[in-house]
Amino acid sequence: MADESTRILVVDDEEIVRESLGGWLEKDGYHVEMAEDGPSALKRLQAARFAVLIVDLKMPGMDGLQVLEQAKKLNPDLAVVLMTAYATVDTAVSAMKMGAYDYLVKPFDPEEMSMLMQKIVSQQSLVRENAVLRQALKKEYRFRDLLSKSPAMQSVFELARTAARSNSTILVLGESGTGKEVLSRAIHVESPRHDQPFVAVSCAALTETLLESELFGHEKGSFTGAIARRKGKFEQAHGGTLFLDEVGDIGPKLQLDLLRVLEERKLQRVGGNEQIEVDVRIIAATNRDLRKAALEGKFREDLYYRLNVIPILIPPLRDRREDIPLLVENFLERLAAEMKKKIDGLSAEAMSAVLAHDWPGNVRELRNVLERGAVVTQGTTIQLPDLGLPARGEPHPPRPGTMASLEEVERRHVAAVLSHTGGNVSQSARILGIDRVTLYNKMKKWGLRRDGEDEPARDGESTARG
Amino acid sequence: MAGVFVWWIGEGQEDRPLMEHVRVELARAFAAPVYLWQSPERPRHAYDERRKQWHTTPILRWLGEAGPGTGKVLGITDRDLFIPILTYVFGEAQLGGTAAVLSLARLQDDVARRGRRLLEDRAAKEAVHEVGHAFGLLHCHVPGCVMTRSPAVREVDDKRPELCADCRAQIEATIQGAE
Repeated sequence: MADESTRILVVDDEEIVRESLGGWLEKDGYHVEMAEDGPSALKRLQAARFAVLIVDLKMPGMDGLQVLEQAKKLNPDLAVVLMTAYATVDTAVSAMKMGAYDYLVKPFDPEEMSMLMQKIVSQQSLVRENAVLRQALKKEYRFRDLLSKSPAMQSVFELARTAARSNSTILVLGESGTGKEVLSRAIHVESPRHDQPFVAVSCAALTETLLESELFGHEKGSFTGAIARRKGKFEQAHGGTLFLDEVGDIGPKLQLDLLRVLEERKLQRVGGNEQIEVDVRIIAATNRDLRKAALEGKFREDLYYRLNVIPILIPPLRDRREDIPLLVENFLERLAAEMKKKIDGLSAEAMSAVLAHDWPGNVRELRNVLERGAVVTQGTTIQLPDLGLPARGEPHPPRPGTMASLEEVERRHVAAVLSHTGGNVSQSARILGIDRVTLYNKMKKWGLRRDGEDEPARDGESTARG
Repeated sequence: MAGVFVWWIGEGQEDRPLMEHVRVELARAFAAPVYLWQSPERPRHAYDERRKQWHTTPILRWLGEAGPGTGKVLGITDRDLFIPILTYVFGEAQLGGTAAVLSLARLQDDVARRGRRLLEDRAAKEAVHEVGHAFGLLHCHVPGCVMTRSPAVREVDDKRPELCADCRAQIEATIQGAE
């Protein structure tokens, strides 16, 4: 009961009430401060952190409900108890709706007051304890920006931590959206190279010629448009880590070039003769079955073995559903902070749907769905319709009744497919029957992000999701 | 140290055996001289016509002014007491101050059946509790300590008329500091 860390602010325009209630609470060991009206109460709430606010409903100027509303904005965790001489159902209902902890009719029974204070204090200490435990759990379940309590992912973290200390090439395998780049960054940060650059390049986003120049750089005049000498990603990553995303998508010529660099630790810029030494730790990633591609002759077997020194397989989200509540909480906390919006969590119905969904786009899709929910929700709890998840077995039905140009229909369809695959460009390209470069060009033209949402510049226009 | 003065300020006949029992228990709890103080004055200005109860704040102020003028003073009354925010209080004290007041009105529950000794024990416990506040003690968590909060009679019955070791140490430190 007597908890010196519990600060209570008593607000009443009648001095005798302030003094008697304040004195009564002080004998329980609470730190009590008093204010005679709403504005001075709010000033005190801004200056110090209180656990409980006990405020009279009827005061001249700013009444108790107004103080409650403002106080909750300043400190949402504040337990606010309203006091009034007359109990009316309407005021009680308004007070509770506005987030009051309780409502007392003056004068109140000492037993009632005593129990109320004990309830508030024990609840607040539970909340604090809970927060500490959650922090501790998260620490245990965390590897840098990755969070998981599943045993499979814990082994991934363990392997990644060990691998980080070595200089060996790592091959991160996993479906799109499982966090291959996030894991690679985490490995870099944990490695002795952490104060050197981490350079990421997506091998699927560029044509073979462009990718070659992107990776190895070029000399001035080596091809049309090469107006100056340019260092490639390998050179930029010198001393650090080069992350080669979607490495399974590179063509045969580049596969050979890449193999040479990996073997010799030397490269030549496009159009150049000079051998440039590079000290780079390679982390490659792919969502393809590279072994199968190697067996089928679609990927150089020698390069496969060069890359596959330490393979790390990230399981898809549907195989570690136990992580979903933890990830939801973590993403919502981050989204709430980014958006400066109060978000308590998902409704029970929304959480059930999230747990049941198959997440073809994995953690990235989950984050996008939650971001959408956080943006569109009207309250502090995200409801199922806010998430825009497709009903089970109904993958994104077309919107009926809209007349649109062929290009608009195409744009919507591409966006829908991207959204469905959770931003997996290779998978989307396969579904659409076009190559990745064409898909990237279309995305660029229409300002579509990988998740199928519009780029911010095009906001105001509804997206093709669902 | 200056003593503690116990003063019957009730409207009915003074209960001498009860006052004596309170005196003995206070002396034991605080290891201090405790005296019974006699004066015909009563704090009638503290009576609230609307609530039909006596307001402790003016009583405490009056005890300080009309009392012996030294040490601590505990007024004991047979009238029901209140502070404006609560429906009733068993007693009230100035925290770390001079005066304390105690009412027997709500300690009577079941006394007719179980005997007047019950009332004397309850009065002694609440007297030690309120005088403890006047010595600067806050409510205590140690089960059985007289300084635990007792919003109802059953909590009064559950505790002993003694201070726990922590509260006693605090009182000793306060007294030594004052000397």
